[in-house]
Amino acid sequence: MRYEAPESLDAAIALLNEESGTARVLAGGTDLIVQIRADMVDPDLVVDIKKIDEMRTISEENGGWRVGAAVTGAEMNEHAAFKAAWPGVCEGTDLIGSTQIQSRATIGGNLCNASPAADSVPAMIAAGVTLTIAGPNGRRELAVEDLNQAPGKTALEKAEIVVSFAFPARGAVASDAYLRLTPRTEMDIAVVGVGVSLELDGDGTCRAARVGLGAVAIKALLVDEAAQALIGTKVDAAAIDAMAAATSAAAKPIDDKRGTKEYRIKIAGVLAKRAAGIALERARQN
Amino acid sequence: MAKYHITAEINGDETEYLCEPEQTLLDVLRDELNYTGTKEGCGSGDCGACTVMMNGRHVCSCLVLGAEANGAKIETVEGMADGDNLHPLQEKFIEHAALQCGICTPGILVASKALLERNPDPTETEVRYWLAGNLCRCTGYDKIIRAVMDAASEMRGN
Amino acid sequence: MSIAEADRPEGKVFKQIGKRIKRPDGVDKVTGRARYGADLNLSGMLHGATLRSPHAHAVLISIDTSKAEAMTGVKAVVTRDDFAEQPDEMAAAGELPVNYMHVVRNVMAREKVLYDGHPVAAVAATSMSIARKALKLIEVKYEVLPHVIEPDEAMKDDAPILDETLFTDGVDPKPTKPSNVSKIVKIKKGDIEAGFEQAEVIVERTYHTKPVHQGYIEPQACVASYSEDGSGELWVTTQGPFMYRSFTARLCGMDVSKLKVTPSEMGGGFGGKNNVYGEPVAMVLSRKSNRPVKMVMNRGEVFRATGPTSGGHMTVKLGATKDGRITAAKADLAFQAGAFPGAPIGPATMTAFACYDLENVLATGYDVISNRPKVAAYRAPGAQVIAFAVESAMDELAKKLEIEPIDLRMQNAAKEGTKAAYGPVFGPIGMEETLQAVKDHPNYNVPLGPNQGRGVASGFWFNIGGETSVTMNLNEDGTVALLVGNPDIGGSRASMSMMAAEELGIEAEDVRVSIADTGSLGFNFLSAGSRTTFAVGKTTINAAREVIKEMKARAAKIWDIPEDAVVWEDGHARPASTNAGDFEPLSIVEIAKKASTTGGPISGHIQTNVTGAGPSLATEAVDVEVDPETGQVKILRVTVAQDAGKAIHPSYVEGQFQGAAVQGIGWALNEEYIYDDKGRLENPNFLDYRIPVASDLPMIDTVIVEVPNPNHPYGVRGIGETSIVPVMAAVNNAIENAIGVRLSDLPMSPPKVLKAIEENS
Repeated sequence: MRYEAPESLDAAIALLNEESGTARVLAGGTDLIVQIRADMVDPDLVVDIKKIDEMRTISEENGGWRVGAAVTGAEMNEHAAFKAAWPGVCEGTDLIGSTQIQSRATIGGNLCNASPAADSVPAMIAAGVTLTIAGPNGRRELAVEDLNQAPGKTALEKAEIVVSFAFPARGAVASDAYLRLTPRTEMDIAVVGVGVSLELDGDGTCRAARVGLGAVAIKALLVDEAAQALIGTKVDAAAIDAMAAATSAAAKPIDDKRGTKEYRIKIAGVLAKRAAGIALERARQN
Repeated sequence: MAKYHITAEINGDETEYLCEPEQTLLDVLRDELNYTGTKEGCGSGDCGACTVMMNGRHVCSCLVLGAEANGAKIETVEGMADGDNLHPLQEKFIEHAALQCGICTPGILVASKALLERNPDPTETEVRYWLAGNLCRCTGYDKIIRAVMDAASEMRGN
Repeated sequence: MSIAEADRPEGKVFKQIGKRIKRPDGVDKVTGRARYGADLNLSGMLHGATLRSPHAHAVLISIDTSKAEAMTGVKAVVTRDDFAEQPDEMAAAGELPVNYMHVVRNVMAREKVLYDGHPVAAVAATSMSIARKALKLIEVKYEVLPHVIEPDEAMKDDAPILDETLFTDGVDPKPTKPSNVSKIVKIKKGDIEAGFEQAEVIVERTYHTKPVHQGYIEPQACVASYSEDGSGELWVTTQGPFMYRSFTARLCGMDVSKLKVTPSEMGGGFGGKNNVYGEPVAMVLSRKSNRPVKMVMNRGEVFRATGPTSGGHMTVKLGATKDGRITAAKADLAFQAGAFPGAPIGPATMTAFACYDLENVLATGYDVISNRPKVAAYRAPGAQVIAFAVESAMDELAKKLEIEPIDLRMQNAAKEGTKAAYGPVFGPIGMEETLQAVKDHPNYNVPLGPNQGRGVASGFWFNIGGETSVTMNLNEDGTVALLVGNPDIGGSRASMSMMAAEELGIEAEDVRVSIADTGSLGFNFLSAGSRTTFAVGKTTINAAREVIKEMKARAAKIWDIPEDAVVWEDGHARPASTNAGDFEPLSIVEIAKKASTTGGPISGHIQTNVTGAGPSLATEAVDVEVDPETGQVKILRVTVAQDAGKAIHPSYVEGQFQGAAVQGIGWALNEEYIYDDKGRLENPNFLDYRIPVASDLPMIDTVIVEVPNPNHPYGVRGIGETSIVPVMAAVNNAIENAIGVRLSDLPMSPPKVLKAIEENS
């Protein structure tokens, strides 16, 4: 195994492109190093992208935000303005492992590890995040929900790197929330995770909503039916119940060591209802 | 196998070492540099026994490559005391009987120090959530939480 | 007046006992100085690694190590061929005796692999990365066999048989067909049928528990060094260096005298470090390579191959009169032993109803082997598993009788003079006192909110004594060196120094306690069975009394008066009365300084098999809040009342109560071994084997009950285990109180709780 820590994106892409064996991008390492140790992957090249400035910054952009893929969970949670704008996304990153893990784990790594249970992903799907991807053939953009294909499998081509995450601008009366269910309070993998983002008109009518759902399918899902159940309503109990039912209906889980199919379907609705309630409360306070 | 030549500051000392690319910072600290105060409980970031400070943040050293530490500032439990004076956390852990077997203690001390540097007056709940990544199987955490709260109080000058 | 009180001078107040001193090993353990199993590095040391079976049950057809042996940096490879056959012979191994024939097969698979993770081969190489790569070059041929995990499956007639030579013991006539049931044991008292006939109310239910792991944070680790002269040294994290010496010497074909075992500091054991695993393997690797070999398990190996406790399938039936007198108590329990016989069915059947004073009792235990790692002791082995069933049944009975659950237990409580079903007549024990302590605790009277519930349960553990050797040396400056043979798991250096200081009339900080290697002290039994503070403490006190006797003799010599004219008070020799003469008292320091001219060094050495351990009882109350939509259970309050006899260092007594309670909470709510359909462990890591984390818990409130043990000079019982026994039932009873439906399977994880709520509504 070779370790490289280039200081430019172009150098990183070139290294990945020139490697004929197995190459992996190293961000926080909190998934990759575990996988190397467990013999799940045996890379010939590891490219550490934490020295690339563009990937390490949080900045305001066009009324929204741009977050570099190598920004850690701790850095996102310590960024007061970003956290105020996207509290649900920060809730998601705050649940990735321990505080030690959050010192290292990056938002890009959490996405590109392609676990259906990744905690930051449902909230980012709900947020409507657009990825910027760079590779040997230049840059392209992709909706966050379109990156992952299956556990461990992304839509990235050889030598492509997710560079940054664009969080869109939105109205003043808007917010988001993320909830997950785990048997323990911390240090656990989501049995179900739900992110809800919504935006209200001045009269309290829901103008826009998105719902992201994790750990109930081969990848985290955008649940459009759930969002539609909120849009145009006053986000009253009936609308939230309809939204919760749509979320449960979208869940396509399996039985595994972390939960049963039946349980996950039920909990998807419970968490959707609760997350929507929190997002609504936050939006109204904005 | 080619090794990497790394220079890092460890507990204030500029330190050079050679490491294999797969070796973690924990492997380097324990096996190459004899800093055995940092413990390995799981090797997968789930127990926190290997917690060290790296550039001002607490990390699981089992999830850092030794090669990544080039130019980094590393602090381990061996560097917590100031000469003859134990750190207030170390004092309070002894005073409150916050350790039984002691294997989790170095990691918990380092993680607690990181907490108090950011939040000198944490609530019990904040301490519990901050330390959720540090497993202790002996104490049930009660006396650990009390020791951290008491150390925080003392460090605030109470 | 108890003997304990009689043993002390009238009106004497303890000066050291009951203080909360700073533990003498505290600084080492907060600075990183303390050396644990994996912390020793020796010159020329190799790194060992183990190849393990990926199959739950298979014939081991062949092992080809030639490619691994040829690899640069590989210095030795071992397989079953490197270990001699062992006879079918039982050996003491703490709370769960073992058979050498099985130990050698568990250390390295022979004819078959019997569980996922069973060692098949091991290598020693110049680096860990080379050792890991070498393992991949070892070619093993298996013939995979059908496997069985759960005890009820393993007991079926058509179950895959693990051992064709195993016939059920305890059945008359002797069976003709091999079975996975290695043994059946019964504990009987009175007439169980007559007892149920007297009953006006009967409850009966079947309960299941899953195997759980001790979950110590420090994995098994050792460094073995075999010398060309045939002697060897072993540095190891262990609860019993002398036991590890016996086992390693036996498996490696060494004389006991040729092997020195040095215990490292131990990063948790809870019964899991009573047995050898990699130690004999490391020794053979060292013998083959002529280099020291370090073997450290990774967490996955710890979960897959070291001692979890048994899962149990149990049916408990209780009968009582309407006024709450229990007339009959019956338990049937089948426990998984893992790959080799030896589930804790003995202690489980003996303790099942030991909290109560009952006329008619029948407890039947089945020791069932299956394709899981061989169980090891875990904190009150067996007692906690059966207590989940019995104490849940007690709660169900209380509800049916409409009697407050503590009152029902009080009405039937075992007390001094009760003849236990397992044989003995109890001396003073603290069952009633712990019940009262919980009932009187403010926590027990806090009003409960919506979705909240309160549960209570009690537990019993015998405690043990055992072989103990202690040496106390008076140093030339009057300080004291105390050498004990039991590793300090959680403050025993402190408690030993306090007991020594109490006797000698000096300060605890003047007594320095060292943990002996096996060459420095006589045999000591394991640190197990809550024996250390009781047995090593009692022996320490007796060693101190030897030292005092000798110091009095030296004073008598200096003063030229008879020895019996000298008394020892507050660290000084004094004339017994003015009749004996008018001498200035001699301090321990003065006597020490003059020792060379009064007869040479002064020491006390005691070797004994300590008897008289006093059972410790506990009662615990748990408050929970259940999320009715998700089934998640939050622990709100925990109150632990346990009888310590006498608390030497109260902080470490509380710490044992708290730690045990939290282990029980993990067991109750989340911990379990999960197997896939091929019998492979699916959760061999701390992410999916969920021990409690700090944010899952409240503070754990404790009450130290002190009903002195008459067989210890200060009344000590030993407190390391009982507090785990009641917890799972207390949590179950609290959940029932919150949701109105009783669960019977552990762990009571959110899906199970939610299902129970939905089925009830």
